Order: sequence, then C-alpha cells, then structure tokens
Amino acid sequence: MSLLTVRDLTVTFPTPRGPLDAVRSLDLDLEPGGALGIVGESGSGKSMTSLAIMGLQPRAAKRTGSVRLLDQELVGMSEAELRRVRGDRIAMVFQDPLSSLNPYYTVGLQIEEAYRAHRPGTTRRVARRVAIEALERVHIRDAARRVDHYPHQFSGGMRQRVMIAMALSTEPELLIADEPTTALDVTVQAQILDLLQEIRRETGTGLVLITHDLAVVSEVTDHIVVMKDGVCVERGAVEQIFTRPQHPYTRALLDAVPRIDDEIGELRAVANEKNGGPA
Amino acid sequence: MSAPLLRATHLVKEFPVLGTGGIVRRPDTFRAVDDVSFEINAGDTLALVGESGSGKSTTARLAARLLDVTSGTVELDGEDVTRLGRADLRRFRSDVQVVFQDPYSSLNPRHTVERIVTAPLLYQQRGIPGGARAFTRSLMERVGLDPDHSQKYPAQFSGGQAQRIGIARALAVGPRVVVCDEAVSALDVSVQAQVINLLRDLQREEGLTYLFIAHDLAVVRQIATRVAVMTQGRIVEEGDRDAVFDAPQHEYTRKLLDAVPRIRPEWEAERRRNAALAAEGAR
Ligand SMILES: Nc1ncnc2c1ncn2[C@@H]1O[C@H](COP(=O)(O)OP(=O)(O)OP(=O)(O)O)[C@@H](O)[C@H]1O
Ligand SMILES: Nc1ncnc2c1ncn2[C@@H]1O[C@H](COP(=O)(O)OP(=O)(O)OP(=O)(O)O)[C@@H](O)[C@H]1O
Ligand SMILES: [Mg+2]
Ligand SMILES: [Mg+2]
Repeated sequence: MSLLTVRDLTVTFPTPRGPLDAVRSLDLDLEPGGALGIVGESGSGKSMTSLAIMGLQPRAAKRTGSVRLLDQELVGMSEAELRRVRGDRIAMVFQDPLSSLNPYYTVGLQIEEAYRAHRPGTTRRVARRVAIEALERVHIRDAARRVDHYPHQFSGGMRQRVMIAMALSTEPELLIADEPTTALDVTVQAQILDLLQEIRRETGTGLVLITHDLAVVSEVTDHIVVMKDGVCVERGAVEQIFTRPQHPYTRALLDAVPRIDDEIGELRAVANEKNGGPA
Repeated sequence: MSAPLLRATHLVKEFPVLGTGGIVRRPDTFRAVDDVSFEINAGDTLALVGESGSGKSTTARLAARLLDVTSGTVELDGEDVTRLGRADLRRFRSDVQVVFQDPYSSLNPRHTVERIVTAPLLYQQRGIPGGARAFTRSLMERVGLDPDHSQKYPAQFSGGQAQRIGIARALAVGPRVVVCDEAVSALDVSVQAQVINLLRDLQREEGLTYLFIAHDLAVVRQIATRVAVMTQGRIVEEGDRDAVFDAPQHEYTRKLLDAVPRIRPEWEAERRRNAALAAEGAR
C-alpha cells in the first residue's frame, strides 16, 4: 500500500483580486521507505503543499482534495485526531528553524516534550537521554551540555539540526523536510543526508524532501515533482528528470544550477520568471 | 596599494554559557570567534565559508558592529569603529548593512514591506528620495519583486521572496559594504541566479564591497574574489578564490570541497547530449 497518496490537492487564498490557488490539483505518491523530491522556483507552492498535507495551511486558506496516509484520510479529520497523527506518524522539519523553535525553552526540553507527547508515560530521565542521543545523531558536538542551551545560543545550522533531531526522535512513518539542509555547511549536509537515508532503510520512514538544491535532490530522492505557479509541470523517476527533462521549465531549472567547476559567467536565470509575491 | 575598506584584526568573541557538572551550575564562557583577522578591499568580495557553528555569523556581526567584540578591532576605511558611540554608529550603519540568514525572523512580521525597507532611512533620520511609495517600488523592482506588493506583510511571501525584502532593506541606505549572511541560501536556483547577478551588477556599477557568507561553494565560486575558510572559531585558510578552490592547502578545506553535492556527471552529459539532439532535430 502506498504510504502517502495525495489527490487533487488544492489550496486557495482569498485575495482582493479574487481567489488565488497557491497549490492546484496536485497529485503525489510515496511508497514506504521512498523519497520524493519537490522542486520548483520560489513561491511555486512547495511549502504550502507540505503544510496542507499536515492540515497546517494558514487559517485564511481553503484546502480541498484528498490526503491519505496508508489507509487513513486526513482531509476532514478533527483537529484532535490530526494532532495525534502529526505527533505520532508524520513529522516535519520546517524551512525556518528559528521561528519554529520556542525561544523560551531549552532545546532539550523541546525535544523531550515532543517525545513525551508521542510516548506518554516516559519519565523525564529517559526523555532527557533520548534528547541527548537525538542531538548526537545529528552531530551536535558536546550534546550533553548543549541540551540545556536555548535556541539563540545555537548557530543557524545547529538549530536546523535540532529540528531534525526532534522530528526523528519520534520515529515517524513520514518525514516532510522543507529545505532541511539549506542552512548547513556541506559536510554536515552530507552527514544529515546520510542519516536520512539510513533512517529510510532501517525504519521504512518515507521522505518528502523539498529543496531548491537540485544536486541534493539528485543524490537523495528516487522520484521528483517539479512545481511552478502551484501546479506540477513534470514528474518522473530521478534519472529520467535529470537526463531527459521534458518541460521547458525543468530544462531551464537544470541550466540555472551554478556549477562549482564551471567558468565564471553571467548565470542563466530562468527566463520568463515571474516576480512572485501574493497576487 | 590603497588601504582595505574593511579590516578586522584579532577578533575574539566569548559568550557566557551555563557550565555543566554538580548541582550548582557555574557560569562559563564559550569562545565562538577565536583570533580572526581579515581585510577586504573596496569592490572586492570576501567569502567566509566553513563548518556550521564555526563562528561565521558571529564574525559577520562583529564586523557589522551588531555585536560588541570581546577583544580585537574593526576598521572601516582606516577609522577604528570598534568603540563608536550611538551617533557615530548611526553613520557607520549607513555604510555597512547586513542581510541575514533567516528571512522571516529578521523582518518585523507586523510591518509592511514599505515600512520595513524605509525603516533604516528613518532610523538614520534621512529623507526618503522621491517619497516612500515610489522609493519602495523602485527598490522592489531592483531585487525582482512585484512592486504592487509593497503593502503586504512578510508572512504573505514565500521564503525566497522574503529574502529579497531583506536585500532591498539593506540596499535602501546606499551602503558601501554589504554583509550577506546566507543571503541567497533560501533562494531557488533561478532566483538565486538573479540575485547573484544583481549583487555582481551592483558591485560593478556602484563599487559595492561584500562580506559574503555561504555554505554553497558553487555560489561562492561565482561571486567571491577571495575566500576564507573557518572551522571552530578560526580562519584556517585564506586566499584568492581560484587558489582555494583549485589547490586547497588545509585538510578541512579539502574535506569541504569533497562534500559538495553534485549532479552525476554522466546524467549531466546525457542531458546535454539529449538537448543537443533535440536542437538538431528541431532544425
Ligand atoms: N497568507 C498568504 N496569503 C496569500 N498568499 C500567500 C500566503 N502565504 C503564502 N502565499 C503565497 O503562496 C505561494 C506559495 O508559497 P510557498 O511558501 O508554498 O512557496 P515555496 O514554493 O515554498 O517557495 P520558497 O522556495 O521561496 O520557499 C506564494 O506565491 C505566496 O506568496
Ligand atoms: N548568543 C550566544 N550565546 C552562546 N553561544 C552562542 C551565541 N551565539 C552564537 N553562539 C555559539 O557560537 C558558535 C558560532 O555561531 P555562529 O552563529 O557564528 O556560527 P556559523 O558559523 O554562522 O554557523 P552556521 O553555518 O550554522 O550558521 C556556535 O557554537 C553557537 O552555538
Ligand atoms: Mg518554501
Ligand atoms: Mg550562521
């Protein structure tokens, strides 16, 4: 059975100029242990898609369509049930780590709380050990001491790793990661990507990876969805997308990738790009 | 040779942290930046790359005088600015601007784009050339945002769009030095290419000087003139861009370059072949 089946997902915002679809008629499929990459330009609806999967789209937005996790339909679920699904079965790493961590609590306490919500009855001692181990897993040096620090005491990349540690500590069936390695240096990025692969292999956790880094997508995912203006313009197996892109937009995206070994010239921005912004 | 525009000498930054051990926790300090020196000539771009948590952002904040040094000095155009008072700091801020890593958390969520980008000018008690509305529109155009959205709030923009608001705000005061802390990291490749081109154009036309922090080494290769590599609070290697990329001296630099994610070369080759064939067929 498919782990995640999204059908005809649409997220609509009311605007002064009429309704605007941030996501329109989107279909997604993910097998257990699979990795799906979502790529596309800024403002194309990637983050909105991941929020809508979890029922976390902004209040002003309307979501329609179907989101199934194994055999459970998430659209139309009560808020209480949804909260349980989010704590237990789906974890998410958000794009902006600073604003998704609570500045008033130590990172350790935040990981502990997330874990204890998922495993009621866990003692604080055990939860604390889980928190330290989770930080070690994402290669935070001196984790036993760092666990008592506040988010502002961490660098951007370290905060991102805390978010990943928190998401993985509950062993979710589905992990949605929105630009999880954007703030990381390449060596830590490589470690985190290895870690994600390891978890997929060992626990069958499915991964939805949102990133603008096409090299990362090419290394990690097996299927890719290319989005533009809220719709999927191309989908396929990773090798197919990277060797035989069909849509002009996908081709332009691949042409725009800055290459470390290339001569320095004017970078090719994707032609006909829209200025973006809410309409 | 002319003096460097921005010079940092023996910068040290220590943060107070809680120590571990025992029931009573003793205060302790953590040295995030440990004797860092660098110079940037006018019109150049020094890229600061390296390990996460190595002190790049802290170094940038020290150089931009957003954070007080524990020791060391910062000079702008030969003037020691390490201990400027409030009024002089204001003058300094119109010369040195920063674009931050986290787009949303560095923009006031309750202010419109117009208010955000004009705030630095108001803070410096300078007039707004042409009026706030027209000024904001032209800035938004310069960074590739739709000028019709000047009355929107940060949360109404995507991550990449929000980052461009941050760049617009930095450009508003007409600075000489712009410190970009992961300023293009959140941008997708097409917008990233636009913004890098924009930064390079501004440098060419207006002689802007950049301290550019990024972990994406391909981006650094596109924009830097010099590169400094940091790990654990220190600069372990510094040199001309091509020297650092083509003949890295320090082991950490080599590790960094090896870890760069790459699209498989055979896929790239096949894609180019297919594209060439398609172009052929179209003719
Ligand atoms: N509250 C809102 N009201 C109106 N439009 C919104 C709102 N929030 C987001 N949008 C719009 O929805 C679209 C999709 O945004 P989304 O955050 O999903 O983009 P993205 O693909 O994740 O981009 P990025 O790569 O920059 O993060 C954008 O055009 C954005 O302006
Ligand atoms: N206010 C603070 N209090 C205590 N420690 C801090 C504080 N700010 C930063 N640090 C620590 O200083 C070190 C350097 O942080 P900095 O943000 O400069 O790293 P960075 O090189 O920019 O990393 P990244 O690439 O992840 O953004 C980190 O170990 C961080 O935890
Ligand atoms: Mg996004
Ligand atoms: Mg940083």
